[in-house]
Amino acid sequence: MSTATINLTIDDQHVVARSGMTVLEATKSADIYIPTLCYHSALSPYGGCRLCVVEIENMRGFPTSCTTPATDGMVVKTKTEQLRDFRRGVLELILTEHPHVCLVCNRNDRCGPFDICLRSVEITERCVLCPNNKRCELQQVVEYIGIEEITLPYTYKELPIHTNDQFFDRDYNLCILCGRCVRVCQDVRGAGTIAFTSRGSLALVGTAFDQSLQDAGCQFCGACIDACPTGALMEKKVKWQGAAEREVLSTCPYCGVGCQLKLQLKDDKIFEVIPQQENEVNRGQACVKGRFSIPEFVYHPERLTTPLVKRDGKLIEATWEEALEAASKLANYKQDEVAVVSSAKCTNEDNYVAQKLGRAVLGTNNIDHCARLCHSPTVAGLAAAFGSGAMTNSIHDIGEAACILAIGTNTTETHPVMALEIVRAVRGGGKLIVANPRDIALVRYANLWLRHRPGSDVALLMGIMKVIVDEGLLNQSFVEERCENFDEFKESLRAFDLDYVGQITGVPGEQITEAARIYATNSPASILYCMGITQHSHGTDNVLATANLAMLTGNIGQPGTGVNPLRGQNNIQGACDMAALPNVYPGYQQVADPANQQKFETAWNCSLNPTPGLTLTEIFDSAHKKQIKAIYLIGENPVLSDPDSTHIRESLEALELLVVQDIFLTETAQLADVVLPATSFAEKDGTFTNSERRVQRVRQVIEPIGKALPDWMITCRLAQKMGAKGFDFDTPSQILEEITELTPSYGGITYSRLENGGLQWPCPLEDHPGTPILHTELFTRGKGHFTPLEYKPPIELPDTQYPLTLTTKRSLFHFHTGTMTRKVKGLNNILSEELVEINPADASSLNITDDDMVKVTSRRGQVTARARVTEATPAGVVSMDFHFAESPVNVLTNPAIDPVAKIPEFKVCAVRVEKNGSK
Amino acid sequence: MAEQLAEVLAPYRGQRGATIPVLQKVQEKLGYLPEEAISEIASFLGMSKSEIYGVATFYAQFRFERQGEHTIRVCQGTACYVQGGRRVLDTVQQITGIQPGGTTEDYKFSLEKVACFGSCALAPVMVVDKEVFGRMTQAKAREILAQY
Repeated sequence: MSTATINLTIDDQHVVARSGMTVLEATKSADIYIPTLCYHSALSPYGGCRLCVVEIENMRGFPTSCTTPATDGMVVKTKTEQLRDFRRGVLELILTEHPHVCLVCNRNDRCGPFDICLRSVEITERCVLCPNNKRCELQQVVEYIGIEEITLPYTYKELPIHTNDQFFDRDYNLCILCGRCVRVCQDVRGAGTIAFTSRGSLALVGTAFDQSLQDAGCQFCGACIDACPTGALMEKKVKWQGAAEREVLSTCPYCGVGCQLKLQLKDDKIFEVIPQQENEVNRGQACVKGRFSIPEFVYHPERLTTPLVKRDGKLIEATWEEALEAASKLANYKQDEVAVVSSAKCTNEDNYVAQKLGRAVLGTNNIDHCARLCHSPTVAGLAAAFGSGAMTNSIHDIGEAACILAIGTNTTETHPVMALEIVRAVRGGGKLIVANPRDIALVRYANLWLRHRPGSDVALLMGIMKVIVDEGLLNQSFVEERCENFDEFKESLRAFDLDYVGQITGVPGEQITEAARIYATNSPASILYCMGITQHSHGTDNVLATANLAMLTGNIGQPGTGVNPLRGQNNIQGACDMAALPNVYPGYQQVADPANQQKFETAWNCSLNPTPGLTLTEIFDSAHKKQIKAIYLIGENPVLSDPDSTHIRESLEALELLVVQDIFLTETAQLADVVLPATSFAEKDGTFTNSERRVQRVRQVIEPIGKALPDWMITCRLAQKMGAKGFDFDTPSQILEEITELTPSYGGITYSRLENGGLQWPCPLEDHPGTPILHTELFTRGKGHFTPLEYKPPIELPDTQYPLTLTTKRSLFHFHTGTMTRKVKGLNNILSEELVEINPADASSLNITDDDMVKVTSRRGQVTARARVTEATPAGVVSMDFHFAESPVNVLTNPAIDPVAKIPEFKVCAVRVEKNGSK
Repeated sequence: MAEQLAEVLAPYRGQRGATIPVLQKVQEKLGYLPEEAISEIASFLGMSKSEIYGVATFYAQFRFERQGEHTIRVCQGTACYVQGGRRVLDTVQQITGIQPGGTTEDYKFSLEKVACFGSCALAPVMVVDKEVFGRMTQAKAREILAQY
């Protein structure tokens, strides 16, 4: 954005504004009020309501200030008598179709809730009966302009109120057609669920054929409610609760985007959640889970409120003393018999003390968490190629890209707010290439959709790179100056001619050529990827292929470029940074390096184990063989989330001691010997690190539910129970102080700095502004490293016995194993059960129709679920979510792992599908 | 529906600005714009159903219900009106049993009221499908409709 300034005179006041501002923005920046209704800071200027008119010297008529660019020397008047008359006339017209008895009532300021006038007029539609009373922008505008009487005839539209949708009601009798909801839905969210319908006096906001929002494809993000200036759109649950008493800013506990949310409180209870506008992460947007589901799971009656200890095979209530005593037996196990599974849902501080307990107290490096199951190939692959295994760029710079390659990411469902950046890039003229076997929502915006076979990503990307090299579209100088090992890599491209690539991927050669040309010639270009790249037995190769492609075209280190792995959990980046990993200390300092060992031995005042520990997948295998005998497991649900569930369950049952710390009695916690009740994000302080490496504050909003305690406190008490020193923290900020002393990339981060917004690591010093883009001049490792690659097929391919490929996916409306979202009624009403997506061709050959119950069988197990016959999934492939305990897809998945990152191959296994009764 | 529309849509592939001609061609083919057609057009043009519906409802020329085999349009423009257009319309309503905007139960006729055809010299005017009938009377209306 331009930093040049211009000078204007507004209402005889000298105003300095930024060049490029509109007259309205310049006026607002000088704290001068202009009434508006259709203006919204997140939307492009519209000029629809005509209330923001001003007089500008040497300009004819009354230009709308929201659409007029401010220029140097402009003389603007906002409050003349003519303007007042003009605005009054316009507003009167608007009010002829909006209930306004209260708006023009002269007793307004004396009005009480049970005033007599409620009964004195036959039409009761009025402000005092409106859920948005006193919070309404229309009320503010009317008050400013001052209307005492409406002389024009009034029409109450008598439209039915839409109350059948989840989460919010729509009463278009109160709509003033400002279009803010339509514009946010179409322009910002890219959803277009609602539109203006008909015209003239019949114009309304609505869906196609007045369908329900769900049928019209609504994502239920709630952006329309936040945009609405009146009471037309209201969240059901809070409709009649009035304004909040106070609000607390915190970070969303769902995905890795890290939306900043304002939790609204009344009587010290969270009752509504509104996304914050003024930040660089979500800019006023959220998704259905963050916007609507938080109070329901935080206050859910099934929350764990007391510790539980297993006696005679049953979990019974216990005191903290008894539970910690039982859990402290973890210390009785030898270093190679015990493991700590930490949590990407917990804060950095929680994770730091958990791994410290593992290393300094239990003496083991058997520490891991669910990053193993999602982005371990990213950490391994990008560290090898660039030197740092994290998103290279920032969320907001994706929208600046001239080309986006979205491969193996269903961004609209998994990272809804990140997907808005893709929409922004496309609306700004950027090209979008989607590579995905499934017909995902992003395909709608794509210039090119490559529908490759599951597991053929290396071949696809190598094919694209071969075209780029053959056609001379590579960035020669970048490759020569900033990278190494190019010749060996180039040699490995030789095999990937279009015929070979076409055979493996199923993508026609001309599409591969087109993709190569689009990506290589539209700069800056950004690569986004997610589980479709990583969850393979060759996941690390897939990641290396994306890194090769970015380096080949020089798309690294600039705004709008980069390789951007979208992290799944709210704090998965932070849990990795804090070393909830078996081979590193915080900040990726190798445990095998004696210098690091010594550094941490001195800091923690103990002796440390120099041998890297077992990974998550290895920990459970080892438990199955009774080598690992005790596990301290925090905030994870491996019974549902890990591959081959039957094997995981057996492993956990084989343990001598399983201590589970969680907010609900999950499927995994039910198997525990000791259950420790933790607080949710709303009941503790701390920090989360989002996908773009931004460390953000989590703030305690309410008191802990029942006897629950924050995770860091439980871990510290447990360590103290084991007789350990170095865990006497009073607050999470003290923990962060210890983290920053030992972790160079976090060195400059303090709670007081975070009060002004998040900081992106590396942030080594207190005066360092943070790093939005990595590898700008040098790669973290020095030179970018090209890796030669070959195509390796998935481990388990379809055969005559198991003729279909199963690929797992997830839904916008649920999160992970559903521990939180399955507790939320509205989300369950939208999606209540597993739907096995199957292509019509396969369905008809198996005699399966939509809604039939089907049995899905793999070599490892069988689940039953309802079929959804759809072309969204290609022929030969069935897709399933992993949110539903009733149809646990991971009973089926293949635990075969990537040799480097040890990630299981969730995305490809062979299955058989049969009809299991009908409807 | 997809197969039915494939031929009509094909020439417009990749043209997001072609919403209105696409709607016209589809209506020409199907006689109206059913829900499935709107869905199909939306996914073809990479837009949402509601966006397409919003555009279509803005224009009076698009219809969303199945039309009769023949469309009767009776002019109510100034010239036709003073020449007795209202009586012609009344008669047509009486014969078909439907109001303007309606369609007979057997889907034989749809009836529309029109503001002007630009054939004022022939007032009052009635148009059935593409055939124009001028200097209409009530009796003539009965005769004409009996032929269909």
